[in-house]
Amino acid sequence: MLSDTEHRELEEAIKHYPDKRGAAIDALLTIQRHRGWISDDSLLDIAQFLEITAEDLDSIATFYNLVFRKPVGRHVAFVCDSISCWIKGCDQVQEQIKDLYDVDLGQTTADGRLTVLPIACLGHCERAPAMMIDHDVYGEVTPDKIDVLMDKYK
Amino acid sequence: MDYPLTKYIHHDGASRMLREYVKGGGYRSLQRLTAGMAPKDVQRLVGEAGLRGRGGGGFPTGAKWSFVPMGSNAPKPKYIVANGDEMEPGTFKDRILMEGDPHGLVEGMIMAGYALDAEVGYIFLRGEYHLSAQRLNQAIAEAYAAGYLGKPLPGTTFRFDLHLHSSAGRYICGEETALINALEGKRAVPRAKPPFPQTVGLWGQPTIVQNVETLYNIPHIINNGADWYRRLSRTQDGGTKMYGISGRVRNPGWWELPLGTTARELLEQHAGGMAEGVRFRGLLPGGISTAFMIEEHLDLPLDFSSFPPEVGRLGTGTMIILDDQTCPVGFVLNLEKFFARESCGWCTPCREGLPWVAKLLSALEEGRATSDDLSLLEMHTKWLAPGHTFCGLAPGAMAPLQSALKYFREDFERHITTGGCPWSKKSAQQRVLA
Ligand SMILES: Cc1cc2nc3c(=O)[nH]c(=O)nc-3n(C[C@H](O)[C@H](O)[C@H](O)COP(=O)(O)O)c2cc1C
Ligand code: SF4
Repeated sequence: MLSDTEHRELEEAIKHYPDKRGAAIDALLTIQRHRGWISDDSLLDIAQFLEITAEDLDSIATFYNLVFRKPVGRHVAFVCDSISCWIKGCDQVQEQIKDLYDVDLGQTTADGRLTVLPIACLGHCERAPAMMIDHDVYGEVTPDKIDVLMDKYK
Repeated sequence: MDYPLTKYIHHDGASRMLREYVKGGGYRSLQRLTAGMAPKDVQRLVGEAGLRGRGGGGFPTGAKWSFVPMGSNAPKPKYIVANGDEMEPGTFKDRILMEGDPHGLVEGMIMAGYALDAEVGYIFLRGEYHLSAQRLNQAIAEAYAAGYLGKPLPGTTFRFDLHLHSSAGRYICGEETALINALEGKRAVPRAKPPFPQTVGLWGQPTIVQNVETLYNIPHIINNGADWYRRLSRTQDGGTKMYGISGRVRNPGWWELPLGTTARELLEQHAGGMAEGVRFRGLLPGGISTAFMIEEHLDLPLDFSSFPPEVGRLGTGTMIILDDQTCPVGFVLNLEKFFARESCGWCTPCREGLPWVAKLLSALEEGRATSDDLSLLEMHTKWLAPGHTFCGLAPGAMAPLQSALKYFREDFERHITTGGCPWSKKSAQQRVLA
């Protein structure tokens, strides 16, 4: 069931399109903001609202890097692994995260604090290596800076 | 020299919002409409200015617009879409513009909409650009409050509405027909062309998809004229270009410069040369879907009409530098892994071919490859060439591979003869142990 707030936000989202399903991505991201990820139940709620089938909506949900069809931690760290960051040592950034928090790409820490995912070029190439934690992008992330950076995300 | 796109952009990351934008001459192009400039006049001006699309293809914008049905019998509504997907690795120019000067995009879209009598606009923004989204939303709200959006423009009956669509991260959404599917809330695979979006696009209506940087140019052309715009450039293509450099150079960054600036000037004068202790080997001129350029190409003007076909094309104009401490095979492997991961999976050569290419390159890096594997890589550059796949993703993926096989052949061969990557310390150790 959609909460009142969720319902109101989806009503707002569909105003931008001549056809309800145009708001599919907005709806998925809105519900994900409230619930953390898109469970099968959430998928059904949204599909019902958009008047499309859940399977149809799932073919969209599973297409995108930023729609989570599995639970994630309280925070998500996205490590850019595209070329400019690779040249500047994104592999070392990833290894440092693994050493500090005992978590590999695609995994969540045991305490549920952090999920680490690879991400395509974040468009901050002039300040490589870059990473994004939740909605915040950081450039020139050398391995020694990571623990201080992560302090903000408990 | 005039740098119309960025001369007012703050270098401390602050944004210019409405008051400051208007003070600097923003929304002045709308006054031309009051003075009687008709849509066809705007179209003609953009054509005469020699504006070419900044999304990577360099298609002449005026020519693209000429396919849009005009007049009272034309279908309604028509749409104008700003392509702000910017997921091409190494590319960050549109972000600089949208974060620094969000109203410039709003004004560009209003004027493009007016020129095409397209009354609804969408900004298609990649999901990771949260700061751009926040500033664009603010700019759109300000433009509505000031009456630039949602009300007839003074002196005309034309009224424009603008929406922001934040995507959820997938490279193929930047391809214009996939983008249209994405906006309609469908799985974002490309569509067959024809029909072209100019006649049958978003929700079946005439639609123009234009790169963000392209749209920023339009108000300046309207304010200052085609001759002025052509004089900004050093070559036959009009205007300035947002260039950028990443990789191991002293000062990576972005610069708005006359079209036709050379890679050598960018590298040596603007980026301060190579970083301490590394030497130049090659560069990709504009994102990773372009072919390598090497030392002998550094003095070519970087624009859309001067590249000899055997050298390649400019792409997005934001270049990535390959230095001598970085393995060219590892570099290309990184690119092909990206393409394999981001392939939409719609057509077989791309869906199956790209992972195979990535596997072959991994085998080279790990010392498992033979010379037959090099021939297989060569063959893929033909199997995934333009015309063999449904869209431009796979042919784009072959441009750096094919040129790397040409310019860095010896490095590929060394991976076979020495049984691993000469640049990787780890595999050297493994070799000693083995
Ligand atoms: C795989 C692929 C990805 C693309 N990504 C983008 C993009 O992120 N931004 C963009 O403006 N154009 C992108 N394009 C080009 C668009 O299809 C289209 O040509 C462009 O937006 C037209 O704008 P322009 O004429 O102003 O250059 C991409 C093309 C392909 C094949
Ligand atoms: S070339 Fe690749 S990205 Fe393009 S339609 Fe085919 S599978 Fe999709």
